[in-house]
Amino acid sequence: MATRVLVAMSGGVDSSVAALLLKQQGYDVIGAHMKLWDYVDVGGDIYKDGRCCTLDSITDCRFVCEKIDAPFYVLNMSEEFREKVIDNFVEEYRSGRTPNPCVRCNADVRWDTFLLKARQLGCDAIATGHYAFIEQNERGRWQIRKGVDSTRDQSYVLWGLTQEALSRTFMPLGGLKKTEVRAIAEQHGLRTAKKPESREICFVADNDYRRFISEYEGKRGRTFEAGEIVHEDGRVLGRHEGTAFYTIGQRKGLGIAHPTPLYVQRIEIDTNRVIVGDNDSLFMTELTAENLNWSAIESPGEGIDAETKIRYLHTPAESTITPLTSSTARVTFRKKQRAITPGQSVVFYDRDIVLGGGLIR
Amino acid sequence: MDTIYLDNNATTPVDPDVIEAMVPFLGEGFGNASSVHSFGREAKVALENAREQIAAFIRCEPSELYFTSGGTESDNMAVLGTARRLKNRRNHIIVGATEHHAVIEPAEYLHEKEGFQLDLAPVDSEGYISPMRLRALVSDNTALVSIMHGNNETGTVQDDMPKMVEIAHQKGAIFHTDAVQSIGKVDIDVKALGVDLLSLTGHKIYGPKGCGALFIRSGLKIDPLLHGGSHEKRRRPGTENVAGAVGLAKALAIAEKKMAEDYGRLNDLADHFIDSVLNTIPDVRFNGTRSNRIPQTMNFAFNGVEGESVVLSLDVEGVAVSSGSACTSGAIEASHVLTAMGIDPIVAHGSVRFSMGRTTTREELDYVLEKLPPIIERLRAMSPVYNKQAHS
Repeated sequence: MATRVLVAMSGGVDSSVAALLLKQQGYDVIGAHMKLWDYVDVGGDIYKDGRCCTLDSITDCRFVCEKIDAPFYVLNMSEEFREKVIDNFVEEYRSGRTPNPCVRCNADVRWDTFLLKARQLGCDAIATGHYAFIEQNERGRWQIRKGVDSTRDQSYVLWGLTQEALSRTFMPLGGLKKTEVRAIAEQHGLRTAKKPESREICFVADNDYRRFISEYEGKRGRTFEAGEIVHEDGRVLGRHEGTAFYTIGQRKGLGIAHPTPLYVQRIEIDTNRVIVGDNDSLFMTELTAENLNWSAIESPGEGIDAETKIRYLHTPAESTITPLTSSTARVTFRKKQRAITPGQSVVFYDRDIVLGGGLIR
Repeated sequence: MDTIYLDNNATTPVDPDVIEAMVPFLGEGFGNASSVHSFGREAKVALENAREQIAAFIRCEPSELYFTSGGTESDNMAVLGTARRLKNRRNHIIVGATEHHAVIEPAEYLHEKEGFQLDLAPVDSEGYISPMRLRALVSDNTALVSIMHGNNETGTVQDDMPKMVEIAHQKGAIFHTDAVQSIGKVDIDVKALGVDLLSLTGHKIYGPKGCGALFIRSGLKIDPLLHGGSHEKRRRPGTENVAGAVGLAKALAIAEKKMAEDYGRLNDLADHFIDSVLNTIPDVRFNGTRSNRIPQTMNFAFNGVEGESVVLSLDVEGVAVSSGSACTSGAIEASHVLTAMGIDPIVAHGSVRFSMGRTTTREELDYVLEKLPPIIERLRAMSPVYNKQAHS
């Protein structure tokens, strides 16, 4: 009997083609859409195109599955998503950090709840439309390798996947470029072929996370405490409406008239202050990583060299990773890096292979 | 084995004889029943014939029967129309705790937006409403009591409905019943029940989707939902769905002939299926009653698993069933019907509804009985909840 695979379908072209390719390779494909949230709960522009979790996207998935002759289900996972991703997103900002909700969603929802649902349906594996390869290396470890389309590299948000999760996952698009994926979709008459893609946080429809946090907390009857914006030299320059609305390196929206450009340097939760300063002060050589997860290698016993990425759109920088405890490490960069931001993911690479990753403390 | 359809409470296949009866009115008999010319007259005659047949079936006058687009519209019209008509004199409504959302949601709307007080009439563990507990809720301020005849999720049929109607009437309240799941399956006599309003639809009884009816007792005035014409005596304007009405009448005519036979056969099949499930699968609960019920409905709670997972796993095996009602599928909340019956929300989450129909065979049920136990076993093996329960 063919291996049964549950394909995570967002309604976009990538996951549509992933399902199609697996079907062509002879797998017993089942499509599933994770319904993660509702516009009623998260607000924003419900008519914007290319969004997941809308009825239109679900309809698109349905048509694609009909076309490739696969069953299709909508799996309501909104409770898990709210608890594990949205609530965490808000809490992180409240504690002065800048989260990557996609990282959290991947590790705790997609490769947790969804994988369990797959097993419940008798599926041996799941598949996604990420542009990456998953493979077992000579050390027997499962690893993520960047896909051939470097412009679509999503390995940064996949570092949290366990060995068990990786061993049960197919990513059929690793060897393709986005243009090729669209061509395949068009050639097979998939209606998602020309759909625009969304790269923002899926549940923040208008990409305005401040609006989202303030509405979401407002509904729960929670408020934000106003406080001071202080220059690193100690001068009080202005007021803020809550530290949750600021992120390291931010320049816009500070509302301060100052002769030189000011950037958020750090957020002090204890004193409820936002500290600002000039661009040069944002550069640092060191960070502490926590919640570590290793993929291509086992947890290293001693310091290793790696290229380290500190945010989604960051060019990996040469660094040394020195283990502190089993789940933490110090990362020292060869050159200073701008705006090292607590809460963001830090991902270690050996060329195009993900060694592991963690969160910036 | 081909696919097996055990979701007849969601909808039924249309009987070929119904299709045959409808076809002329989708073709040559396309006229608008409100037109004065020959085309209109032909349509009008068909429409009124349909009305007479359905009226006779539920023992009301043809003038008391109004065609609608289906169960949801009939329920909304009854609840909203009655409450709005009486709002200056009475502003309290009571609906059963296990009503369909087409009754509960308009009632909640009246409560939230139009100032009505709302009470839910409680049910016991089998889904029955006690007339005594209803009596405690009804007052001189009560405009409407709406209690479902046969439940869509469990099949429980309220056996004491005439008593409940009497209680409502003693306080001057109007009584509506949603008989969408009962019509054509158990005998419905509006005069014997004593109800003022009764909702029915065609697609649960081998008729077409998109056509239902509301019985409104002669002399009762309710506000219309729609405005814009003199159709259906201004109570339900909109060009009449002649083919739908003809199909609905035909479906009920067929049901009238087959009701006794269907009931007996489905009752025997239900006994076989329910007993087998209870005997072959541990930790399973039958939800509802085994005495006064629509026998085709069989609802089980499989401890430690999610109903949704069972539904999807059975679909993969070609068996179509549902968790809860189709109208709420995709909702994450446990069924309000089951929780109202006192079933723990976690247990209710593991509920699956099998609903048979006129074409269901014993062989089909036996196939399901073969596939179901290993599915439940597999799901329980992965369930942290079930293992925890087993160990504690």
